[in-house]
Amino acid sequence: MTALHLALAQLRHTPLLTALNALLMALGTASIVFLLLAGDQFARAIARDAQGIDLVLGAKGSPLQLILSSVYHADIPTGNIPLAEARRWAEDRRVARAVPLSLGDSYRGFRIVGTTPDYAGLYAARLQQGEYWQAPLQAVVGAAVARETGLGLGDSFSGAHGLAGGAAHADHAPYRVVGLLAPSGTVLDRLILTSLESVWALHGAPAAALPGAAREDHHDHDHDHDEGRDHTHGGHPDSAAPGPRRQEQQDPAEREITALLLRYATPMAAISLPREVNAQSQLQAAAPAFELARLLQLVGLGLEGLRAFAAVLILSAGFAVFVALYGALEARQYDFALLRCLGATRGQLLRSLCLEGLLLTALGALLGTLLGYAAMAALGQWLAHSRGLLLDPWVWPPQQSWLLLGLLAVGLLASALPAWRAYRSDVARILAQE
Amino acid sequence: MPEAPALRIQGLRHAYAGQPVLALDSLHLAPGEQCLLLGPSGSGKTTLLHAIAGLLRPTAGEIQVRGQDLAALGSAARDRFRGRHIGIVFQRLHLLPALTVLDNLRLAQRLGGRPADTTAALGLLDALGLAGLAARKPAALSTGQAQRVAIARALVQRPALLLADEPTSSLDDANAQRGLRLLRSQAQAAGAALLLVSHDARLRGQFDRELRLDGPA
Repeated sequence: MTALHLALAQLRHTPLLTALNALLMALGTASIVFLLLAGDQFARAIARDAQGIDLVLGAKGSPLQLILSSVYHADIPTGNIPLAEARRWAEDRRVARAVPLSLGDSYRGFRIVGTTPDYAGLYAARLQQGEYWQAPLQAVVGAAVARETGLGLGDSFSGAHGLAGGAAHADHAPYRVVGLLAPSGTVLDRLILTSLESVWALHGAPAAALPGAAREDHHDHDHDHDEGRDHTHGGHPDSAAPGPRRQEQQDPAEREITALLLRYATPMAAISLPREVNAQSQLQAAAPAFELARLLQLVGLGLEGLRAFAAVLILSAGFAVFVALYGALEARQYDFALLRCLGATRGQLLRSLCLEGLLLTALGALLGTLLGYAAMAALGQWLAHSRGLLLDPWVWPPQQSWLLLGLLAVGLLASALPAWRAYRSDVARILAQE
Repeated sequence: MPEAPALRIQGLRHAYAGQPVLALDSLHLAPGEQCLLLGPSGSGKTTLLHAIAGLLRPTAGEIQVRGQDLAALGSAARDRFRGRHIGIVFQRLHLLPALTVLDNLRLAQRLGGRPADTTAALGLLDALGLAGLAARKPAALSTGQAQRVAIARALVQRPALLLADEPTSSLDDANAQRGLRLLRSQAQAAGAALLLVSHDARLRGQFDRELRLDGPA
């Protein structure tokens, strides 16, 4: 009690020094806390969007691109695949569930995904209003889409090519909103779902009068699209667009989709299925878990660097605490001598100084933790507002506890040598110098 | 059963690095007794006080405070014993700068193994004419005020023995006299024996008991 009392009094006695040291510690702590939280949220969001998807089949190309485009809707697709080929794998007995995706258009930056209601089922999403599509050109919009575009039940809209800035299918029958999804905190929030037939109808029907290329990497062709409104669908001149979805007829045999999301019926499928797909067909199979591990390894390097930087901040804060305590030893040796004269034991002096270092560190750690969470909450607010990304900043990752323990260890270490010197000091000799 | 003497010294010798610095064959102080010990610089006055306070272990001899042989106590026990039974007033070293006047007193009470007694502490400050200064930090006190607070701090846990090391040397005549009067009257009021060591010739003739300490021959 006395040691604590003394330590507190001493910290209060030099408020500026205390505040500066605590602030230094707080900045380092806040950086690490923020990185821990951000990393945790990032990993959670990534895992959430990939839940229930064991394997993705799509056109040959970069496997990471395939995952990013068809699971996270954050990249352009690698191309299209024949529906018949996809169906062959969907019906494989090692596959428990298969969800087809047909990508290509967007509305005001939100992707329109031709799929089946199973897709929403992957994320256990439920409808807030309305129902799933019964006919082509009926759409179900995600929560963030509804909020940001103002689309509601019964509203109509026209899709555009690509993800952004694409030409609108202005002359085509527009989509009609028949359902609204409840917020799920997954990628669904930012998607517009419709039937596969809608996409086929839009891109296959002659009325579309558009070059059929639906690939999203054709931003440079947008202009062509605009000018090409009058082109008959069959004769698109921009052959640079190898759009595989160039369905001139509604021939089911030639129908294409962009990707097929698979869930294994048995874990053993992970061993044989991807290899078979890659070897026996024109398709590519990519496992989200594997590709994401690869991606996180790359991103992780950056995070590691930032974390190391924050650790350096904390260590320098610990060093500052050490300098503050050690530098004041000379000036305070009379105080220590006086304390001993008043009956304080060496142990009490030692404890008091260690407590001083610990309290200083704890103050900084507390402040830093609050700062880190505040920063994360602010980021969450901003992301929810601007990107519709739902973060839950009020989590306590297990590393957080270790971080706090580590911080206290730094504080203890910083005060150990000063405390030891105070412990060892010869009172009689100090007093004789008075 | 007669009360144990406040202080009993027998055959005390101390040497630094083989160099004798202190020799005192015998000194007894009855409870409440006041004694002036005069000696020139280098006669070992400060060393004697440190030995009595248990801050250093003498080379030879025995020191008993309230009948307790200091050499028989371990380091921590000696610290606690000092806090409980011995009050010390120094020439310049007075107070902890981080604590208020009142907290300096309460700290002395706690370190003396007693519960902090604010009423007693304030009463003592009042008796020393310091009533209005309880909430001040030591830096805001004059030298004379700080010394009076130091006297209060040394007596607040009601020690059996009060040691004063040159308490008047840095004060002018008037203040030295006032300080001395306060020290003596408060020691008496607290029932503490007083041992005052000084080379200040102004103090001569004011104590019933006056000893000279000569350096070891």
